[in-house]
This record gives sequence, structure tokens and C-alpha cells, in this order.
Amino acid sequence: MAEQPVLEVSDLRVSYYTDAGRATALDGVHLVLNQGEKLGLVGESGSGKSTMALAMMRMIKPPGRIESGRVIVHGIDLTALSDEEMRKARLSVIAYIPQGAMNSLNPVTRVGAQLVDAIVAHEPASKRGEIEERCRRALESVDLKRGVFEMYAHELSGGMKQRVCIAIDILLKPRVIIADEPTSALDVVTQRQVMETINRVQKQIGAAVILIGHDMGLMAQFVDKVAVMYAGRLVELCAVREMFTRPLHPYASALIRSLPSLSNKGVFQGIPGLAPSLLRLPGGCSFHPRCPHAMDVCRTSQPPLETLPDGRQVACHLYPHKA
Amino acid sequence: MADLLNLRSVTKVYSRGLISRTSTVALNDVSLTLKENEPTILTVAGESGSGKTTLAMLLLGFLSPSSGQILYKGKDINRLKGEERMTFRREVQAVFQDPFAVFNPFYTVDHLLSVPIRRFHLARSRADVRDRMVEALTAVGLHPDDVLGRFPHQLSGGQRQRINVARALVLKPRLLVADEPVSMVDASLRASILETLRALKQDHGVSILYITHDLTTAYHISRSIIVLYRGSVMEAGDTDTVITNPQHPYTRLLIDSIPWPDVDRRWGQTEIKAQESEAEGAGHASGCKFYSRCPFAMEKCRVTPPLFRLSERQAASCYLHDTHPALPAERLSELLP
Repeated sequence: MAEQPVLEVSDLRVSYYTDAGRATALDGVHLVLNQGEKLGLVGESGSGKSTMALAMMRMIKPPGRIESGRVIVHGIDLTALSDEEMRKARLSVIAYIPQGAMNSLNPVTRVGAQLVDAIVAHEPASKRGEIEERCRRALESVDLKRGVFEMYAHELSGGMKQRVCIAIDILLKPRVIIADEPTSALDVVTQRQVMETINRVQKQIGAAVILIGHDMGLMAQFVDKVAVMYAGRLVELCAVREMFTRPLHPYASALIRSLPSLSNKGVFQGIPGLAPSLLRLPGGCSFHPRCPHAMDVCRTSQPPLETLPDGRQVACHLYPHKA
Repeated sequence: MADLLNLRSVTKVYSRGLISRTSTVALNDVSLTLKENEPTILTVAGESGSGKTTLAMLLLGFLSPSSGQILYKGKDINRLKGEERMTFRREVQAVFQDPFAVFNPFYTVDHLLSVPIRRFHLARSRADVRDRMVEALTAVGLHPDDVLGRFPHQLSGGQRQRINVARALVLKPRLLVADEPVSMVDASLRASILETLRALKQDHGVSILYITHDLTTAYHISRSIIVLYRGSVMEAGDTDTVITNPQHPYTRLLIDSIPWPDVDRRWGQTEIKAQESEAEGAGHASGCKFYSRCPFAMEKCRVTPPLFRLSERQAASCYLHDTHPALPAERLSELLP
């Protein structure tokens, strides 16, 4: 696999214009992803994870607005496309599995018709029989029986519905798949099955995957790299092993410490304080009011995301930048 | 009577259809005792459809069992009347899964907390009401000034869930039924809510029935555990033993599927057989409920296995362990410390 980036996000900014003022949900995010790579995007509720996914899909709705930034997938600048071109690009270039996707299936049409729709919308010239065959194969590739094609959503369990959504997402072999908490409503066994399915089809079609969530356990099992978001900014990005063994940013390390494991029974270490309101972000580093290592400089100046000599990226004044 | 709660062979069957009745056994012959003077945290674990929530609804008196009895302090909860019923309603409290769905958006936190206080005549004056609210909020680790007077939408998920616990706490309950209390909140807040629950048990002597599919948190918070699958008890015992040394193939599968936040502990290699659709599963009315998915399924598994007692504090309902003595279902509580 060539080390050529399949996804490049640069300086992506999204604001929501609310009655109470402008909330910057995404504040200049840069991200590069290679082909076949799996990236985990973690952070508290309201840290901008889902906004990031929506912005990449160009699905931000008013009062939200993409202020600036470019999203380049496989050489195509999504931000420069017309609305019609973007509609074509969705699913064929970049696919999105939204939160609670399994509840998005239409209850009154058969599952098959919904898969067929996806192809017809992009390739109106294809033959009907051919399309149906592709859909059935897609269902098989996510471990569903071909017969599911004729079934209705209510006849399927949560895990099966979620796999139907994955099947829709891989129909057109997109380059990038964004999965927003794909398993949050499923129990552990089904969760594992669904994640294994995503893992396998991702390898088959060679797509890059962005997994959004706050379950660090899932991240440890699934992704190659982890990006931690806090108040709309990327604060750390590194390989999953480094994240779990030696997190650098104080927020990341508090997050790792708060995780339960088999070895530290009975020790609960939450992160003190609350996530800041995006309308009233503290000056300087957004994390400084909760940070145990806060220094004077943290109150006045916002640390940029810097690349350290070992290739990790971190935005914190504790790590003076010398790349 | 030293028993706070006593379930005697409780079974719950849901039936539907007028002409051709189909029925689903949601809970099958569960017996359980919680002692009055030994507060404990007991986990009921299982995947969706295992009957965990049915059990919670039965305990709270929202459903009545199809057969068997639920006794609270020696009295059948479905026959309580008048004052006894009020006492039961006050002493058995619940915290539910979704902290975003349980609040009325038109009322402030004060209203939410003061209604139960007034309803049960627990305070003599306004100042007393406020003292009680402040006391309960402090006990769950919230600053009263941060939350009193606020509306639910002004609070985070973690704050809301702790207010739910506080709401239960103002009534000085003896038993708290917590149905997936942390599955909807951020990982960083889970720790503080679990800590709150544990403090409740230690400082206020409240017994907690912790219902979850998340064995990681169960391991950290509870002393004993019951693993349910399609309404039947698969394995039960001391939490440490069951989680570090699971003996039932279903428990093994569950534990093998936990995504541990540890890069050196990979998801296990145990093959998972997809869960058959509900209709198919209902066909196996007799025999081990796990039969169709079990990698070790044998001919004799078509007859329901009893619980085999593996040690002082562990039993599994599986013929793989049939060399051990069988434990009658009504003596399940002997396993639970």
C-alpha cells in the first residue's frame, strides 16, 4: 500500500450561530490519513467529533456554517464541488455511518430497495439485475444472508440493521468511511461482531476509516491512530499504543487514567471539572481550568498543534516544539 | 425477617396474539435474596433481550410476575396497600439509562427534587426542604449552587445522571435499582457516577441492583454478579471469580468480547455464532437457552441444565460442569457474598 494520503483535512473551521452568540465547534483542524488507515476520534460530548464528520461530508446545516478549510479525498477537493457533485461524491468517495444509523432504515420499504436506491442514485445507467446482484453480494460481505434483501427493517435485530447500514456504505467502494459511534446502542457481543465486520470490509475495499466515539476500549481494539479532541481542537494525535502507554497531553492522560481495567479494581479517577461551553471558551488553552499542570502561559496563549521529533502531534505548552 | 428483598421462583412471560398465542419467557425461575442489614451491590448482566430490564420492572412493581412472588421486607409487593405501599415506593428507588429522556424540560432541578420530599412529607419547612436537597446533591458530588435553579437543558449528561441519583437519595431509599446508569454518559464521567453509587452503599447503607451489559464497570463496582441469557441464569457468583475465571460458555463469550482499553489485551478469538432471530430462538422452548450458539452444545443440552456449584462462590448452568453438585435454583443467593 502506497503511503499516499487519501484524506487531507486542513484548517477546517465550523461555527454555529446561535441566539447566545457564535459557538466555534471546530477550530482549525488539520488531519492526514493514509489509505487503509484506521483513525479513532475521541473526546467528550460537545468536543466537536460529530461536527467534524458532518463538515467532512458537507452536511452542516444552518445555524452551522463551514467558515474555512479544505477536505481533499483522493485528490478531489470536496469543498470546491458544486452541491450536485458533492451529492455524487457522498457514498462513492466518502461514506458516513451516522450515530444510530440502524434507526435510519425506512420501515415501510424492503431492505433491498434501500440498497438499490443507493446505486441507482449514482449509476442510473446500470442494469437492474446487475444492481440487485451487487446488493446481495454486499449483504453477504457483511455476514447477512442474501434473503435479508427481501426483509423489512423490523424483522432484523439491532446488530443486523447496523450491518445493513454498513453494506449500504460499502456498495460504491468509498475511499473514506466515517463511522460515528456505530455500536453505541449494541451490547458487547454484537458490538464485537459489527466491529469485526467493519474491519474486514474496510480491508477488502482498502478504504480509510475514521471511528468516532468515546469508548477507549473500542479504540484500543480497532484503530491504528488516535486523535483526541477537546473544545473543537485536536489536542493530541499519535499511534494507539503510544496513546495508551504514554499519553502526552494532560487531557489525554486524564482520559486514559479514568479507564477501568482488570488490574486497578475499584479505582475510579474521573476528570475533575466540566467541559467548557463553546460560547464562553476560557482564554489561552481551553483545558487550563481543569489542567493539573496549568502554567501562566496556558492562561494567555493557545498552544498550537506541533509535531514532536518522534512524529507525534500534541498541542500543549508542556512540550516545547522542536521538530 | 432479615431479608430486604426476596424473589421466590419469579417467572415473567409476555404473551401476544388473541387466537394463536405466542409467548416469550422474559425471566425464568429466578430466586434471589438481599439481606436487610448487609448493603451490597449486585450486578445483573446480560445482552439485550436477556431479561435484565424485566427484572428491574418487576422489582419496582411496574409489572407483576406470571408466577412466583417478590417479597419486600416479607410482604408481597403486588399486594401492598396504603401506608405500606407508600413506604415501599419511598424505599425502593430507580435510576434509568437515559439522563436526557427522564426530565421534564419545563421544571427546574429544585422542582424535581422537592416534589418527592413534599409528596412523602419528609420536611417540615421550606428551609428543611432546601437542606435536604443540598445534602443529597452534595452526596452525589455536585455543588448545589451549580445546579439548583437550573433547567435540565443547562446541565450536562453526567450532571443530569447524578441529579437522578440525588433524587433517589433524598428519599433515603434502602434499595436502588440502577438500570444501565452509565451507558449513555461519557467515559470520563462514568468514573464519577460509579464512585457516587459506591459511596451510597458505603456511607448510606443503600443496596444497589446494578443492571448492565458492561462487565467492565460491573467488575469494578459490584461484589456479586448474576449473568442472564434469555431470561435464565447462566452463571452466578462472586464478581471477581466470575469475571476472572468464567466457566459458562456464554459468560466466556461475553468476557471475551469486552473491548478492554488495553492494546496488549486483544479481543479474543472465540468464534461467535450470530444470534438467531427471535422467532427461531423461541422454538427451543426446552433445554439450555444458549444451545443454538454454544460451541460445546451436546445432545443432553436439550434438557435444561441445573446450576452446578463449582465452588463456594460460583455456579454455572452448564453440563460441562456436571461433575459438580447441582444447586437448586431457589438457593442461588448462597453464592452471592
